[in-house]
Amino acid sequence: MRKSNPLLMTLFWLLLSIATLFPIYWLFVISVKPAVDLFTAPSVILDSFYWNNYAKVLTDDTLRRYMLNSVIISSGNAVLVTVLAFMACYALSRYDLAGKENIFFWTITNRMAPAAVFLLPFFLLFTQVFAIGDFRLYDTRIGMILLYCTFNLPFAIWTLRPTIDAIPRELDEAATVDGASSWQVITEIVFPLARPGLAVTLILTWVFAWNEFLLAATLTSFNARTITTGLSEYVTTTGTEWGTMASIAIITLIPAIVVFAVVQRHIVAGLTFGAVKE
Amino acid sequence: MGSNRTGWLLLTPTLVILGVFGILPFIYVLWVAFHQWNAFGANPYMIYNGADNFRRLVFDTEFLESIWFTFQFGFFAVVSEIVLGYFLAQFLMRDFPGKAVFRTLHTLPLIVAPIVVGSVWRLMMTPSIGIIPYFLDAWFGYQLNIGSNAGAAFVVTVIMDIWHWTPLVTLTLLAAIVALPKDPFEQAQIDGANRWQIFWHITLPMIRPAILATVFIRLMDALRTVDEIWMLTGGGPGSATRYIGLHIWKVVFPKTDYGYGSAISVIVLYLTLVLCWLLYVGLVAPRNGRRT
Repeated sequence: MRKSNPLLMTLFWLLLSIATLFPIYWLFVISVKPAVDLFTAPSVILDSFYWNNYAKVLTDDTLRRYMLNSVIISSGNAVLVTVLAFMACYALSRYDLAGKENIFFWTITNRMAPAAVFLLPFFLLFTQVFAIGDFRLYDTRIGMILLYCTFNLPFAIWTLRPTIDAIPRELDEAATVDGASSWQVITEIVFPLARPGLAVTLILTWVFAWNEFLLAATLTSFNARTITTGLSEYVTTTGTEWGTMASIAIITLIPAIVVFAVVQRHIVAGLTFGAVKE
Repeated sequence: MGSNRTGWLLLTPTLVILGVFGILPFIYVLWVAFHQWNAFGANPYMIYNGADNFRRLVFDTEFLESIWFTFQFGFFAVVSEIVLGYFLAQFLMRDFPGKAVFRTLHTLPLIVAPIVVGSVWRLMMTPSIGIIPYFLDAWFGYQLNIGSNAGAAFVVTVIMDIWHWTPLVTLTLLAAIVALPKDPFEQAQIDGANRWQIFWHITLPMIRPAILATVFIRLMDALRTVDEIWMLTGGGPGSATRYIGLHIWKVVFPKTDYGYGSAISVIVLYLTLVLCWLLYVGLVAPRNGRRT
């Protein structure tokens, strides 16, 4: 490939980042303005900071609980989904299973469901079907972790499959000839090579779970309520507590940025196919 | 290679979870779709009415309009996101100062919840208080009013979608490009292929499954968007941005016409399925060198 000037590239990304970050900056602007100032003539530069919104949000125990729920549900779901999708993709890629391409296509259809109509059957599942003694899936973290699989698992399977398919079978076969078990092939050969794909899958499934709103709003009430849902309590179509909503939204960016920073390091090029020379 | 039993064993948890949380609710919705059911109406019981809901749907101009707007929205948003995301992913393959920081910054829109995105964009775009109409007017003398101009509202929803979801495309395509073997590219360069030839004959065929997977995900999500659009435009002006996810929402909740809403959902699921199946069969199935 032609070498482009690295500094030009930096300049390009700098400009792009300004465009990308502007709405987030605006969110911050909203969060540090008293409500009356929102409806005056707009200005890009902030001249004063009004921190009361943050003070209010940070001292709220309920919101702290919602935040913890969000972290547990998103992380639990992302890890579960990535592991299950990795197993499923390995099976779809390496074994001659009857009808596997149809199964593969079927998985994605689970993501198509329009939320409005599917809320009711989910609600029935959570309150009537999974009812063992006093236990209901309704308003539990484990219930949300399982439920989010319906949209995250298809996503994960479809993003991971190309990665697993691209890992040469010769590597598996060579390892098997050398006496490795299926378990060893998966954990010691395929897993390290699939790392960039796994990292991306983990990040994005985490994001989808973190941002999910309609299902959480219907299927949780307090114990497992997530921060996205808690935040929406300040947003209605008739009137919005803009400052409170915006300051919660800004605070919720922090755990997400930490997750991104940690996981993104694994999306690295150049480690992978040095091993196969034909 | 191990026996097929190991393969099925690896697949079982996925099949069980998707079976319980995917197939069961779908059967329920399919069953309701053949009933008249207005849970909060004068008659709150389910009444079997055969294919009436489906017959009604064919002549429902609101529904047909909504499908057409949704299709346009999905098309423009997804095509822009794929093209933009591909270039950005390629750019991230090169070395330049600050790459790690920019990569993280670029992904930030993803972690803003759709409901917040819709709210912020609404506040940015509302005439007389929003920053964007203010500057468009000051600099170009253009009056942006998403509350009355249907075309402008449509474009703004597409731009918002691009802003929010291009990072997803960048990341998934980046993962695919990172995993490509280096040899074919080196060989092609030795053979004197130009950049376009390398892209068309080597890169594109190799990352086609990843591109298709990304198109599917984005298309499906665009087709069922509710919260973002709801907060930004509420579906208006008129019904210009009343995309199908929102349309179903409005049929089921304000009108509480649950049977009809289920019928629409079934049809939308079916249309999405056909669209994706055609893309899948046309683009990936015949050409992947997979042993089946």
